[in-house]
Amino acid sequence: MKNTFKISLLLILIGTLTSCDFTKKDKIATAIYECPMHCEGEKTYDKPGTCAVCKMELTTMAEKEKLNGEISDLSIYNLPSVWTTQNNEEIELKELHGDVVVMVMIYTSCQSACPRLAADMRNIEKQIPADKKDNVTLVLVSIDPETDTPERLTAFAKENKMESDKWVLLRGSEANTREFAAVLAVNYKKISPLDFSHSNIISVFDQGGELAHQQEGLGVNNKETIAKLLELVQ
Amino acid sequence: MCPSLKMAFFLLSNIIVFTTSAQQNAMAGVKGGTYIPLYGIDSSTVTVTSFKMDVFPVTNKEFLNFVIKHPQWQRSNIKRLFSDGSYLANWEGDTSFGDLIQPNAPITNISWFAAKNYCECQGKRLPTVDEWEYAAMADETTADARRKESYNQKILDWYESPKTFKKEIGSTFKNYWGIYDLHGLVWEWTLDFNSVLISGESRKDVDKDSNLFCGSAAVGATDLMNYAAFMRYALRGSLKANYSMRNLGFRCVEPLNKNNKHLSR
Repeated sequence: MKNTFKISLLLILIGTLTSCDFTKKDKIATAIYECPMHCEGEKTYDKPGTCAVCKMELTTMAEKEKLNGEISDLSIYNLPSVWTTQNNEEIELKELHGDVVVMVMIYTSCQSACPRLAADMRNIEKQIPADKKDNVTLVLVSIDPETDTPERLTAFAKENKMESDKWVLLRGSEANTREFAAVLAVNYKKISPLDFSHSNIISVFDQGGELAHQQEGLGVNNKETIAKLLELVQ
Repeated sequence: MCPSLKMAFFLLSNIIVFTTSAQQNAMAGVKGGTYIPLYGIDSSTVTVTSFKMDVFPVTNKEFLNFVIKHPQWQRSNIKRLFSDGSYLANWEGDTSFGDLIQPNAPITNISWFAAKNYCECQGKRLPTVDEWEYAAMADETTADARRKESYNQKILDWYESPKTFKKEIGSTFKNYWGIYDLHGLVWEWTLDFNSVLISGESRKDVDKDSNLFCGSAAVGATDLMNYAAFMRYALRGSLKANYSMRNLGFRCVEPLNKNNKHLSR
């Protein structure tokens, strides 16, 4: 009986401990097919076949991901967190895989530094050559998910002229935000119901999600950031 | 011996087996309240809601069990995003810590990510800075002993003693809440360690470095006499989440009311 007791205890323990696996199972593979030449833009198919325009065999999106390379150990795409965009869509960070990503953490009710950070981001965007713009995504992550609803994020994007689809504004859970800030080495603290104190850091990630460059401070010379960005999109 | 008594004795012995093996996982309740932290919101008080805290820091043995069950946190498997090169550097291998390390000494050399995940796997989480500081301002007899000279002296004495991370858990005092080793063995990770906005360079911090931290002027020390706490905040401010240090461990907490999803939302 003593043994049964111990065994059942063990089973309970195993039950509770294995229920929290960190690595999430990949999304169930409902394959999506697309023309490798993108003859019809971003049009996708749910069955294999050939492209209606160039007659090339359709490839699956998964294969495309493979072409972009597996993510490395240092990639932020290892984070399993789910975020909500300004358009109220749920995304995982790894959906940004393949683009160069410029990222900053802000909150929309911020009066002092955030407008300047937003301006810094716009300045960076301006300097990306037109033919490379498609390869860059600019991301603003809210440190105040409680206040920053998708509606507020949309309004902020509008005010700050960030309405093109190059701009992604994200909010997550408090825990995910804390974790993400930890990855970016961004520190922040709530100092009153509507105000936060936070580090002003703009980060650049390469196509695989590895941190390539960080610019710290406000209105600082962004020459290095731009240089890194241009080097990456080449 | 009559059968019922025999049965009772048998059950009792089982309970004893259970309590000794579960002792390390024991938690103690900390009754919520308000306090003025060293660094806070315009020197106003902070309210901490009641929570349960691990009585001891997590040990080498416990962490070993964790990495055996979750191989992705073993030394050779952990993603570099989640740890620097010194993660579990003092261990003999992936699934053994070797003879030189006490099974019951606190685990150290672990990153914030590893500590955070360990707690989540227990259905718990890391304490916030405020929760940790609130629980740790108690001495043996009072909930807030920060004004006592003996309390501060004891902590400063610890800072001067070498290699305390090699001691076994429970070797320091049991505080007012029934919690051991908050001071005296190892520094501990907190959930929001990255809420400390000091750049770590005193000359920089004097002018509040408003270009690096938005609103930093509001975040000043309330009690500069509290040197021990200042050391803790300075350490937190200097950490990054993938760092691991030989004298930095952790323990977990659990909100008393699990429906309070404030932090796990």
